[in-house]
Amino acid sequence: MIYYDKVTRVYPDKSVALENVSFGVEPKEFVTIVGHSGAGKTTLMKMLIAEDRPTTGSVFFESADISRLSKREVSKLRRRIGTVFQDYRLIPGKTVYENIAFAMEASGRTDAEIASDVPHVLELVDLGHKIWNFPKELSGGERQRVAIARAIVTQPDIILADEPTGNLDPTSTYEIIRILQKINDLGTTIILTTHNKGVVDTVKGRVLTMEKGRIARDDKDGKYVL
Amino acid sequence: MIFTTFKRITRTGFVNFWRNGFLSFAAIVVITLSLSVFGGLVFGSAFARALLADVKDKVDINAYFTLNAPEADILALQKEVKAMTEVSKVEYISSEEVLAQFKEKWKDNTLIMQGLDEIEGNPFPAVLNIKAINPGQYGSIASFLEQKNPTTADGTPLIEKINYQQNKLIIDRLGRIIPAIEQSGSAIALVLALVAIIVVFNTIRIIIYTSRDEISVMKLVGASNIYVRGPLVVSGIMYGIVSGIITLILMAIFAYWSDAVLLRVAGVQVAADFELVVNILSRYFVQNFGQIFIMIMGAGVILGAVSSYIAVRRYLKV
Repeated sequence: MIYYDKVTRVYPDKSVALENVSFGVEPKEFVTIVGHSGAGKTTLMKMLIAEDRPTTGSVFFESADISRLSKREVSKLRRRIGTVFQDYRLIPGKTVYENIAFAMEASGRTDAEIASDVPHVLELVDLGHKIWNFPKELSGGERQRVAIARAIVTQPDIILADEPTGNLDPTSTYEIIRILQKINDLGTTIILTTHNKGVVDTVKGRVLTMEKGRIARDDKDGKYVL
Repeated sequence: MIFTTFKRITRTGFVNFWRNGFLSFAAIVVITLSLSVFGGLVFGSAFARALLADVKDKVDINAYFTLNAPEADILALQKEVKAMTEVSKVEYISSEEVLAQFKEKWKDNTLIMQGLDEIEGNPFPAVLNIKAINPGQYGSIASFLEQKNPTTADGTPLIEKINYQQNKLIIDRLGRIIPAIEQSGSAIALVLALVAIIVVFNTIRIIIYTSRDEISVMKLVGASNIYVRGPLVVSGIMYGIVSGIITLILMAIFAYWSDAVLLRVAGVQVAADFELVVNILSRYFVQNFGQIFIMIMGAGVILGAVSSYIAVRRYLKV
């Protein structure tokens, strides 16, 4: 489904973020990528949504080379990938409802679908009562659950979760992971990055360990080894 | 689908306009100031044109006839002069009318009236008062009359004197100054308009800069450019409409206020004498309201929309 083919990313200041990285992800997999800060986890994620491009090598989604997509195709690709960021990236000027509705509007859903799906997905992340609040009125864990709701509401093929628990307390972290596992059980591919040992041990799936821009280990039933 | 997209973009634009109250207020203040510059230019040029027209109207040349010139010959000449392309107006004033005007003007001055009584008969010749379309054309009108040098049936010249040579200096100067004023006026207008446009553009650029993170998030959840840009352009149009309405109200207030001030400063009688100076701006505003409305509102809407459209471009490259 996803294939990184000898991907290297060198920034203009000559620092190397990724060096000759190759790996694949199968549908319905739950892949956890671990590594220290600066190991290249986020760069890896950014390439999948065309926010960054490889210096050499290619990233394939199905059969398409992502770095060769047109602007229009990039927008379409992003609608098939739900993204969750460490800093939530909710739109501050929109309510919880509008934040989620915006993702649906962008992917061309009808008003009727939006009106029925948004409350539903908010129930799923247990935030039905905060539907008309603005992001600044929510706690970190709640914001991240809104972000997840936004990522899953369009029923994407993949969820990218880049350090989603990085700013959260243990209880919220556990909740977020539980939600992601539930989504994975329903058939969505998940790629999660973290440096939290507890998260890796809870997930119990495939673990890619990154060190200095390279893949150091790729364990089918991984443990947190750094 | 297109309709749905349009509806969503418009709604989002309205909601953003309303929720970002302070930013909208700031944008409206700046655009209103800029549109007021445009309005000021419109009024300035209307006022200058009215004054210049007034001055142009005051410039004329007179052909004074000999005392015994037959009226029929003068009227024939009037017809001929009127047919010239340079001439806008020819007025015949008979010697009786000149006398009556003189008496009316000096009726309170006994010395002059006594002097007039001592002269027997009417000492004033008949006059043709000629106005050209352009101050620069008086020379050719005067030389036409001089060359023609019309005579009565017995061969004596009809025209005693043409006052062109006396007025030549002032007429020539006006002929040069008026186009210069018009040209430099347009140049100043152009510079002011340019400054206003740049100020508005930069203000909107700063407003959009504050929402650059939002824009990138929208792009990352897969929104196409039109979904990101559309609402910002709608907000820009809203700024323009609100600013345009405020500017028009300010212009109306200014027009009536300045007319009142002008009247007070000039004094009612003087202002009435120079009929054109009365109510220049309010009359101009009312008579040309349609054009002014389209110009101010159009400038506001285009400024707001185009500035937003251009300013958001660099943040779409996510």
